[in-house]
Amino acid sequence: MTSALSITQSANPARAAFLDFPLGHTAGRPNEPTEQVEIMRQALGLFESITESGTIVSLPFIWPGNWKPEARLPIDHRTPRYDTPQYQTDADRERAVVAHGELLACTACAPQDVPRS
Amino acid sequence: MDTLSHTPNDPVDYIAVTHETYDKLGYGSYRWANEPDPVALSPLPKPLADCKLALIASGGIYAVGQVAFNHKDDLSFRRIPTTVATEDLRTSHFAYDMTAARQDPNVVLPLAPLRQLVADGELGSLTEHALTFMGGIYSQRKLREQLIPEIVANVQEMGADIALLVPV
Repeated sequence: MTSALSITQSANPARAAFLDFPLGHTAGRPNEPTEQVEIMRQALGLFESITESGTIVSLPFIWPGNWKPEARLPIDHRTPRYDTPQYQTDADRERAVVAHGELLACTACAPQDVPRS
Repeated sequence: MDTLSHTPNDPVDYIAVTHETYDKLGYGSYRWANEPDPVALSPLPKPLADCKLALIASGGIYAVGQVAFNHKDDLSFRRIPTTVATEDLRTSHFAYDMTAARQDPNVVLPLAPLRQLVADGELGSLTEHALTFMGGIYSQRKLREQLIPEIVANVQEMGADIALLVPV
């Protein structure tokens, strides 16, 4: 799957489905389960229909709204890159400490972290 | 960098936008992965309805109870049970707008729609775990030498026939 066509063309995978939605919506819009299933159905169909390596197929879904002018602006939206785990919520961090201990939950890397619950 | 020579409905050229953004910041040009030739296409080994699929996503998704990703070239990955409840999924990333992903993680980790296709008989099954990582890693060498081999080994150990990559 991709919503960044030029980047995927450059990486040149064997097969890809292009969904022309804003970044952060590679597999569809939030809370639109029917559309999400249809996107997945059409994307997976390409496993069977693409026969030439390097093929990228555009999926026929249209984002409702004019989002591209803003996406083309050269603005850096990245947040600072901290080298410690960045939890969505403090409660998540507490659950990770319970599961993995203070040291691991707060250390930069936890390779192959397997949920233990 | 010319990002103006497009019609309004053309796909956004994020490589050009990134070059322009970095130029404005005084950074050197970012070198995107560039492969002149695609890898060989592997035909499906069996009908899709019989295939086991491994879902791999780079949107910084973790499950409640797991250690979140750091944002400084984190080369670790998480194994998330494909039976996980959507409300137990979280995201941690520095480079994309996570508003939608936090409303409904299926937009970056489409487990619910894939489970529906399995239930409908259109897809055979899902591997025991989906594999997730934090895609903002700026060293392609470290990806190739460390993270990708570990992910490939995990996908093979889980007996996947096909893999679906969902970047952001």
